[in-house]
Amino acid sequence: MVTGGAHSELLRWIPLLPLAAAVLHGIILGLLRRESPRSFVIAVSCGAPILAFVVALLAFFQLTDLPAGQRVLIDEVYAWIGAGRIAAEMSFVFDPLSAVMCLVVTGVGSLIHIYSIGYMADDHRDDGGFQRFFCYLNLFTCAMLLLVLGDNLVVMFLGWEGVGLCSYLLIGFWYGDRWNAYCGMKAFVVNRIGDFGFLLGIFLVIWALSGSGTTTLNFREMQAAIATIAERSVEVPAWLPGAPSWHLATLIGLCLFLGAVGKSAQLPLYVWLPDAMAGPTPVSALIHAATMVTAGVYMVCRLSFLYAVAPGASATIAWVGAATALFAATIAVAQTDIKKVLAYSTVSQLGYMFLAAGCGAYSAAIFHLGTHAFFKALLFLGSGAVILAMHHEQDTDKMGGLRRWLPRTHAVFLIGVLAIAGFPPFAGFFSKDSILLATWGAAAIPGHRALWAIGLVTAVLTAFYMFRLHFRTFAGTCRAPEEVQRHIHEPAAVVLVPLYVLAFFAIFAGFAGFPDAYGEAIGVPEADSLAHWLQGVLRQQEPAVAFSTELGLAALAVAAAAAGALAAAWLYVWRPELPERIAARAGALYRLVREKYYVDEIYDALFVRPLVTLSDRVLFRGVDAGLIDGVFANGSARAVRGFAAHGLKYLQSGLAQGYLVTMVAGALALVAWLLR
Amino acid sequence: MIPLEHVIGLSALLFAIGGVGALTRRNLIVILMSIELMLNAANLAFVGFARAWGGSAGQIFVLMVIVVAAAEVAVGLGIVIALFRNRESMNVEDVSLLKW
Repeated sequence: MVTGGAHSELLRWIPLLPLAAAVLHGIILGLLRRESPRSFVIAVSCGAPILAFVVALLAFFQLTDLPAGQRVLIDEVYAWIGAGRIAAEMSFVFDPLSAVMCLVVTGVGSLIHIYSIGYMADDHRDDGGFQRFFCYLNLFTCAMLLLVLGDNLVVMFLGWEGVGLCSYLLIGFWYGDRWNAYCGMKAFVVNRIGDFGFLLGIFLVIWALSGSGTTTLNFREMQAAIATIAERSVEVPAWLPGAPSWHLATLIGLCLFLGAVGKSAQLPLYVWLPDAMAGPTPVSALIHAATMVTAGVYMVCRLSFLYAVAPGASATIAWVGAATALFAATIAVAQTDIKKVLAYSTVSQLGYMFLAAGCGAYSAAIFHLGTHAFFKALLFLGSGAVILAMHHEQDTDKMGGLRRWLPRTHAVFLIGVLAIAGFPPFAGFFSKDSILLATWGAAAIPGHRALWAIGLVTAVLTAFYMFRLHFRTFAGTCRAPEEVQRHIHEPAAVVLVPLYVLAFFAIFAGFAGFPDAYGEAIGVPEADSLAHWLQGVLRQQEPAVAFSTELGLAALAVAAAAAGALAAAWLYVWRPELPERIAARAGALYRLVREKYYVDEIYDALFVRPLVTLSDRVLFRGVDAGLIDGVFANGSARAVRGFAAHGLKYLQSGLAQGYLVTMVAGALALVAWLLR
Repeated sequence: MIPLEHVIGLSALLFAIGGVGALTRRNLIVILMSIELMLNAANLAFVGFARAWGGSAGQIFVLMVIVVAAAEVAVGLGIVIALFRNRESMNVEDVSLLKW
């Protein structure tokens, strides 16, 4: 456990800068009802995250100056909530873990802000769209930084909800199309299911801590009190495995993981992420690939001390992650929409991260989170460049041969594909390899070898669908109409430069996590700088695997990637007539995969439609219109009116002496009561 | 010195007479007179208590009541005259238009 912690007032500026930009835009758009010139919008909105990045770098250097083991910066801004023994401070923590996250969020975020200038340039609606977009983007950056820097679960939850809100706003950004608005709503509602679990988890933590006399919810005190949480258990219903009692830590871990399942699009709540692609492509890159969806992984790693004493929850995480990785990868194999493939691939890669976190390899999870942020943002922004060049065409059926017109986009996209497929020395190789290695060695997880096998199969599929996407987009002959072909051109520099920067990191970011064992072999001690950097924060479980096994596993991973890539090349370059014949031969299976296993339809029939029917027929027409409006509001008024009209009115006889009798009788009754 | 009980007894008697008159008589003038009787019964009680306890508040109240009663009689008689001009009647049971 890290003790001490220096105070630093720098930290509050990291989320405050994007917030200020968002509020400024909000005032101009919402209160003053006017739109600023684009140069002003760009200066404010891109300036804010870049400045936040600079501040984060300064804080990072402050952190590196501290001796290892004491690397924590804390900024307590004010006491936010104080209720009885519960206290939640608006305070930020900057330790090695949040430092990595913070730099990724502000760094990749800044690049995507810059890219958006080019991507949104042709948005000429009269509702202040350009400024509104950047307002939401800044607000998102602020919320994400709150999530990452928050020193306790409550601040984290504030950011958690904030990013969900911004995700909703940005998915439905082109709300003129009802489908986009629907997708935004879907994302929001599905996320709420997860957030419910997260909230339950927080309540359970408060309950658990109140027993130990702890008054604040910050992570360090939680970690100090973890022993008291670990020894408590709760009764569970008999039909659950391990009944009649669970460790409280397991229950808390599972509740919080439900939140992560929603936010990070894992089985069974992944369905919102593919539809979230309805938003503008920079949004897909920033929110639905690089940052927001990784919040769940970050949360699990932040609470690694909790999951270390909750083996049941960890095993669940590992298995859910692996299942999601494989499931989403199989769907991605048959998609034709360029962004849908990337979306399912994101779901799959997030599954990898949870697989690592579940196996106790938290630094591998964070490592993959970082490299994935680079190469997936690169792929999304690259696909955005393609979509721009094709005039908002996303279907790869209408692409092909684009290398001729877009050589630069093709090159950076290929780098992204090689990175995600896991070819050395690209970033994805090292991070994926460390995950597979950790899974192989995670003896504490039941069925860890099966998990490893799933991971390897997923690696084959990943390489296959990514190269399939690449070949269908950039290789072969162009399937677009002549008219469109004549207008294809390379995007502007403001779009390309962020791509180059991301491509650089997609190639070299992997060396931050160069495995220790390889380093020793070539004479570099402590080569895995990321793992050593994170060591104090995470409850790392080192897999005990011999060096030869480690090399063998890496070779297998590369072989898997090569197999997938070769299969894609064979099917889509050398024998382009084959895929259709295979699809025709395996008609039912192909349709099943292409239609995403009909999961949306099943959910629709099982949950959505019964719920909509229930809320419309029963809750709205029955309870709201019938009971509350009809019986309680109008009914009570009608009853009073009927009673008064047919009974009470006869009291008003018009005879003054009748009233007088009533008055005297009342007075006498009062006197009698007073004299009783 | 008249004992307080006697004053109160007289006051109660006057109040009861006024009350019964207001409830039973049909002539509006008589009803008004009965109400005056009740008011003065109250006045009597006020001065009786004021004297017994040696305070002046009761006497001040009596002055207030006399002023209000004067105003009330003026308004009441005005209504009676207006009614008689319209209806040529002084019977309170003839005035029952304001009902359901």
